[in-house]
Amino acid sequence: MSAGTPRVGVVTFPGSLDDRDALRAVALMGGDGVPLWHADRDLRGVDAIILPGGFSYGDYLRTGALARFAPVMDEVRAFADRGGPVVGICNGFQILCEAGLLSGALIRNRQLRFVCRFVNVRVETSLSALTEGLVPGEVLRIPVKHGEGQFTARPDDLARIEAEALVTFRYCGPGGELDDEHNVNGSAGSIAGIRNSQGNVAGLMPHPEHAVDPDVGSTGGQPLFASLLAYALARV
Amino acid sequence: MKYQFQVVVSLKPGLLDPQGKAIEGSLPAMGWANASNVRVGKYVELVVDAETEAAAISQVDEMARRLLSNPVIESYRIVASSPSLRFEDVP
Repeated sequence: MSAGTPRVGVVTFPGSLDDRDALRAVALMGGDGVPLWHADRDLRGVDAIILPGGFSYGDYLRTGALARFAPVMDEVRAFADRGGPVVGICNGFQILCEAGLLSGALIRNRQLRFVCRFVNVRVETSLSALTEGLVPGEVLRIPVKHGEGQFTARPDDLARIEAEALVTFRYCGPGGELDDEHNVNGSAGSIAGIRNSQGNVAGLMPHPEHAVDPDVGSTGGQPLFASLLAYALARV
Repeated sequence: MKYQFQVVVSLKPGLLDPQGKAIEGSLPAMGWANASNVRVGKYVELVVDAETEAAAISQVDEMARRLLSNPVIESYRIVASSPSLRFEDVP
C-alpha cells in the first residue's frame, strides 16, 4: 500500500480536541496523516492508528467509557489484534484502558486539580511502537493537560505491569529522578504510559503531538512520532 | 414484562474520591463537624423489558459490569423495585 511513507490514522470522536495537532505532528515528522471518523468502520488502509486527546462523549459516565463502543473501535481492536500499532494519547489512553486493550485505569488527579504544564518523562523501555527508537533512561520534556490522569490498577495487574516491563514512561525530574514531587498526578509508580505485552499498543497521558515544533516550545515529542512511523513502516 | 432497577456505582475503598473530599471539607463550614467518610458515587435508573425477572436481573448485572462500572476502580450494587430482588455488593 504505502511506499516509504507510513499512513497514520487519527480517529476523531465527538469531543476529540487534539486530532488536528496529531495529524499535523504526523505530517511534520514525515508521515501521511489520515483522518478517521468514529462512526466509520473503514480504517482507510492505515499503517498505524492514534486515538487523540480530548473529552470524547463529554467524559460522560467515565473518561473513555463511551468511546470504546464507537463503530470504529471494532476495527481498531481487530487492527491491534493483527499486531498493528495503536497509540492512545491522554483521552486516547483512557479509551484504550476502558476498551481493555491496555491494563489499569485513569482516575482523578491526586491534587484534585486539572494540571496543564510541561513535565519530564523518563523512557523505561524501547519495546513499544512509541519507544522503539528510544533509549531507556532518556528524559523527554512533553506537556500534560488532564484532570484525570492518575494511573491505577488492581494490585496484581500493577505487579504484572512492572514485572513484564510494560511501563513505557514515568514522570521524573529533569535528571530522570523518580520522586513524589515530580509525580504530576499521583500515578502509581509515577507511571505516565504503558504498553501491551506485544508492544504494538501503547498509551500515555502526556501529549507528544504538542511538542514537535521548535517554534512553539519543546520538541520532546518528536522521537515518539519518529518511533511510531518507523515501527509502522517496518510492518508495511 | 418490564422491570425497574436502580444501579449504584461506588468508587472502591482506598481510591481517592475528590468530590467526596471536597464535600467533606465543606460540611464543617456549615456547622456539621461530625460528618466523615463522604464518598460520591453514581446512581442509574433503568427499565428492562424481559421474559422473566431472572433474565432481567442477569442482564442488568452484565450491563453494570461491562458499562455502568469499571471493575478496576468501582464496585456496583443492583437494587430492583421488588424487595425480593436485592443484590449484595459485587466486588
